[in-house]
Amino acid sequence: MDNIAGTKSSLTWAVHISVVLLVALWLFPTLGLFVSSFRTADQISSSGWWNAMFPTEQTVQLRAGGRDAATQEGDLFVVEGNLLEDDEESPGTGVTLSRYGVSSRDVSAYAVGETAEFGDGEKLTLNADGSYRYESPEEPGRRGQRVFVTAEVPPDFTLANYDQVLFSGNSTDSMAKAFFNTLTVTVPATIIPIVIAAFAAYALAWMEFPGRALLIACVVGLLVVPLQLALIPLLKLHLGIGIGKGYLGTWLAHTGFGLPLAIYLLRNYMVGLPRDIIENAKVDGATDFQIFTKIILPLSFPALASFAIFQFLWTWNDLLVAKVFLIDATGETTVMTNQITELLGTRGGNWEILATAAFVSIAVPLAVFFAMQRYLVRGLLAGSVK
Amino acid sequence: MHPALLGLVTIVIGVGGCIAYFYFSNLFLDKVLFPAKGPNAGRNINRANQIRPWLFLFPAMFALGLYLGYPVVETLRLSLTDRDAGGAFVGLANYNQMLSEPKFWEAMRNNMLWLIVVPAASTAFGLLAAQLTDRIGWGNLAKSLVFMPMAISFVGASVIFKLIYDARPEDSAQIGILNAVWMQFEGGFGSVLFLQLLPTLILLAFAAIVGYVVYIFVAPFTSGQGKKGFWNLVLTAIVVLGGLYLVWASLSSVLGVWTTDFPYGQPQNWLTLPFYNNFFLMVVLIWIQTGFAMVILSAALRGIPEETVEAAIVDGANPFQIFFKIKVPQIMPTIVVVWTTITLVVLKVFDIVFAMTNGQWETQVLANYMFDKLFRANDWGVGSASAIVIMILVSPILVWNVIQARKEMR
Repeated sequence: MDNIAGTKSSLTWAVHISVVLLVALWLFPTLGLFVSSFRTADQISSSGWWNAMFPTEQTVQLRAGGRDAATQEGDLFVVEGNLLEDDEESPGTGVTLSRYGVSSRDVSAYAVGETAEFGDGEKLTLNADGSYRYESPEEPGRRGQRVFVTAEVPPDFTLANYDQVLFSGNSTDSMAKAFFNTLTVTVPATIIPIVIAAFAAYALAWMEFPGRALLIACVVGLLVVPLQLALIPLLKLHLGIGIGKGYLGTWLAHTGFGLPLAIYLLRNYMVGLPRDIIENAKVDGATDFQIFTKIILPLSFPALASFAIFQFLWTWNDLLVAKVFLIDATGETTVMTNQITELLGTRGGNWEILATAAFVSIAVPLAVFFAMQRYLVRGLLAGSVK
Repeated sequence: MHPALLGLVTIVIGVGGCIAYFYFSNLFLDKVLFPAKGPNAGRNINRANQIRPWLFLFPAMFALGLYLGYPVVETLRLSLTDRDAGGAFVGLANYNQMLSEPKFWEAMRNNMLWLIVVPAASTAFGLLAAQLTDRIGWGNLAKSLVFMPMAISFVGASVIFKLIYDARPEDSAQIGILNAVWMQFEGGFGSVLFLQLLPTLILLAFAAIVGYVVYIFVAPFTSGQGKKGFWNLVLTAIVVLGGLYLVWASLSSVLGVWTTDFPYGQPQNWLTLPFYNNFFLMVVLIWIQTGFAMVILSAALRGIPEETVEAAIVDGANPFQIFFKIKVPQIMPTIVVVWTTITLVVLKVFDIVFAMTNGQWETQVLANYMFDKLFRANDWGVGSASAIVIMILVSPILVWNVIQARKEMR
């Protein structure tokens, strides 16, 4: 609506800037998670993810060589080597050291190149490239002298987090099992309500029978019934008839909870289909069943797709239904959302694991979202009661 | 059996069973029960057509009745019984016990806060985003990026925002953006500018906008031209009262901004600050729901007849007048729909609170309170009673929706 009545708003640039700000604000949180999932634990805890592209300053504890590496020169025991190359904990060989210390109370007491004197005549000289010379009048212990170094570590991105989360098989961190469990819950819970709802929607849209208006009103009413109400009675029912906690009960529950929206969406769409087509088919002798499968279903594809996306997102992202109807004491059937809430408890500070696990769980819905956004929007517009 | 295989078998049985049911029941009806031939062919066809709708409807009605209808009644019954006493009828004892618990009132208070803040903020941001993106070339891209959080689970969003709120000890680097920003303030000129002057301006602007909206609603009455219907009067009264409250609240917050001592230089555990942590949780839901509001409102804005806007421009209206006096009144029904839909989501909000604070530090909400009662305290009576409270809160919207749907069908 730019050129209404021949005026172009002079505020266009302000609109552009506001939209950029708004989008940035909305994207920023997700971006943080995404970037964090590719950083190492050390990187995450030493700088905010927005600094991921810049070198970070980390303080690491390393050890000089011990008794085995020592050589005797006169009455002195001497160890020479390179901290960055020899130590397993080294942040890498390419980094530059700036300061170091030999006591945890002052980890940056000396600049590199300076000689630290401490203990009983011990001396340590550390250079920026990690090479050092350690002298001691007594024979060093089996493990060498502790050295705390402050290093400029270049940006470091890794796929190790994904490896850990997806393939390690570590039972607390692993999302692989939860991923397949989620998939197992989601697919039948998406397909079955569509089939049931499509038939009902056709009856409510195109068949004449007494009580139709009342049934439609009931469906609209059930749209808003909170599923919290259903938890205990249905759990009791499932336990009573022997389904117990498991996939079957979860599929049935998701089917029941998804049906009102499915019927409502599909009926609204089917009512809008042209009456002529259906009446012509009837005149030609088609039965209702044939009309439904050969004409209505193919024409309703957009509405079916809309609902399928809704139901997929809802079942994939669900935590409550899974916790109540699926996950039993053994935890074998855990889903991703549940796995993440548990990780929040056990791995509260390990952002590399948390971020990666969360990103694994939101990647599939995001892909579906971007691929099928058109249908999602259409479904939203049809689904809100006007 | 492997669960994936079980899932596949279920799909085949479920879908195949449904289709087989529909196909064979129709076949049975047409060929065996009321065959369309013989002496009674005409009557039989009519009879078959009377029964057929119920064949189509039966599975859906059965599932709806069992999974949504029956639980409402059963929950009501459970809320009046005591599980430990073998399901004996105890009247309103469960409700009494619930009402005497401070945790319940905390949940009610927080839920009311959520109910006011989240729909209002989501709708306002959504309207803003819809209006802004409507006019620019890359609007669709911007829209889909703001819409994106809709696809993210509440749990995923909780992790995302926990990272934002993360706090580290004072002397190490802050990795949560909120604390990283917070640590930049140390009480100097910048702090005054961003923590006192800017919020004051925003609050004053907010108060001014609300005051303007109130004025728009009151103006027809003072000039004596307004429609004088009863409902119109009620609506105006609600808007005026709510508006005046918001103006008062924002003005008193301005006072608060200038009298508070900020704890500069100390990283804050945002999720443990009583009262304010509720708002940090609400931000998560607002972040998710804004996209929804934007999509619906954007479609409504597009549906406004251009002549009305053009006429207003010709009459010399400024952009703000066009927006508030021409556009907003025309999309008011859609705003109501968006508002009620988000209200429904808010009433059921569970995952966010469960994952982020689990109701600690005074952030309890009804849905999480209920989950606590059901599965931690194992108290089905009080749990059912709190579920009924949620149902009661939802029911006005239920009635409204049914009335609207019936109106539309006529």
